[in-house]
Amino acid sequence: MGVGIEVRGLNAWYGKNQALQSIDMTVPANHVTAVIGPSGCGKSTFVRCLNRMHETIPEARADGSVKVGEMDVYGDGSDPVEVRRRIGMVFQKPNPFPTMSIYGNVAAGLKLNGFRNRKQMDELVERSLKLAALWEEVKDNLHKKSGASLSGGQQQRLCIARALAVEPEVLLMDEPASALDPISTSKIEELIFQLKQHYTVVIVTHNMQQAARVAELTGFFLMGSLIEYDKTEKIFTTPADKRTEDYVTGRFG
Amino acid sequence: MRSRFQQGLDELKEKLLRMGGLAEQAIDRATEAYRTRDSKFCQMVLAGESAINDAERDIDELALDLLAMQQPMAIDLRFVLAVVKINADLERVGDQAVNIAQRVLDLISEPEVELPVDIPRMADGVSTMVQRALESFLDGKAEVAEAVLQMDGIVDRMKDEAFVMLVQKMTDNPACTRQALDVLLIARNLERIADHATNIAEDVIFWVRGADVRHGGAHYRE
Repeated sequence: MGVGIEVRGLNAWYGKNQALQSIDMTVPANHVTAVIGPSGCGKSTFVRCLNRMHETIPEARADGSVKVGEMDVYGDGSDPVEVRRRIGMVFQKPNPFPTMSIYGNVAAGLKLNGFRNRKQMDELVERSLKLAALWEEVKDNLHKKSGASLSGGQQQRLCIARALAVEPEVLLMDEPASALDPISTSKIEELIFQLKQHYTVVIVTHNMQQAARVAELTGFFLMGSLIEYDKTEKIFTTPADKRTEDYVTGRFG
Repeated sequence: MRSRFQQGLDELKEKLLRMGGLAEQAIDRATEAYRTRDSKFCQMVLAGESAINDAERDIDELALDLLAMQQPMAIDLRFVLAVVKINADLERVGDQAVNIAQRVLDLISEPEVELPVDIPRMADGVSTMVQRALESFLDGKAEVAEAVLQMDGIVDRMKDEAFVMLVQKMTDNPACTRQALDVLLIARNLERIADHATNIAEDVIFWVRGADVRHGGAHYRE
């Protein structure tokens, strides 16, 4: 099951440039939450802070509190590897390991985590591919075909399956469908909707219609601040803040 | 891209206001027909109905295109939805004006009788409501729309009084039943137009403030 996320006073920097300013946000468990805003507003930085991916960039740092379930992401003794196992991430461009088979791609995270039991691994790979709605399309070629041989939409679902295989509680998605055609996009969106039964999903998107279609809650970021965070239908029909209204109506950004 | 969208919104507003003008004209002509017992005004109302119907189709089509092609959000989405609903109300105002014109045609085919109802006064009140509702739409002024809502009760009372008086007249003087019935129906048509003006005002408040004020109170989305 997914767990909730509590963000309090989160700041992030790239060198001397502050990218996030004192973000407070409560993401409920087993919901899809969208993060929207113009380019450079800090939305990707925000999700990358949730699983400590932000600090992998040279001179990038963050402070504040992020709690994912009982786990204190920035607490003393917090292990970034364990954080990233429990908080999976899917990126804009599908990035399967090109030389690995479909099976190898999904099992990669498990192997890195020291998983060796072949029977259990088979079960987890199948379960993950089923959750990612890819199983029926690839089950006969698990070992024969490489991840790179799949279509763009299938590759993205393969990456989702890879993220799910290590059994995370939260799935972060940074524009997961922006490089896909409408059919693949709609499959990914349907999948996101299904995934919330098992996971807490946070999705960054430039596509407001996509946020409106998949997310129950939406946060609007601008210049590193969270301007408004509310039910998605409220954000897109009657936002409280003029800046949110100007953005969602396309008057800037 | 957005300026094209803005042009579309402006065009929608202009078309709706033009249609509103046709609907107002239909009410005024129907009232003039009653006042003067001149069938020429009735014919003008009947002939003008198709222009209102065409305008309704045209506006719906443009609103549909904007929804499909531009996917408006927030205040723009509320605007397009309000236009679609106001459009339907204005078309119904046109229908009610036609109903009045038909009743007047029947009325002037009968001998003229003295009836204890001031239809022109009621029509003036109703016409003012429609004008103000359209004015609130033109300027996006919710406070003007609120004033329209206050006026609806006055028209309702006028219609109720007319009903009582006309039923009494029919009871006292059955020979004028047909004329009294025509006028009673005209009073009801006018009251319906006032209801449409109220709907328009409510839609303007929804567009401007995002508040649903139908059925009393102000409901804001939580």
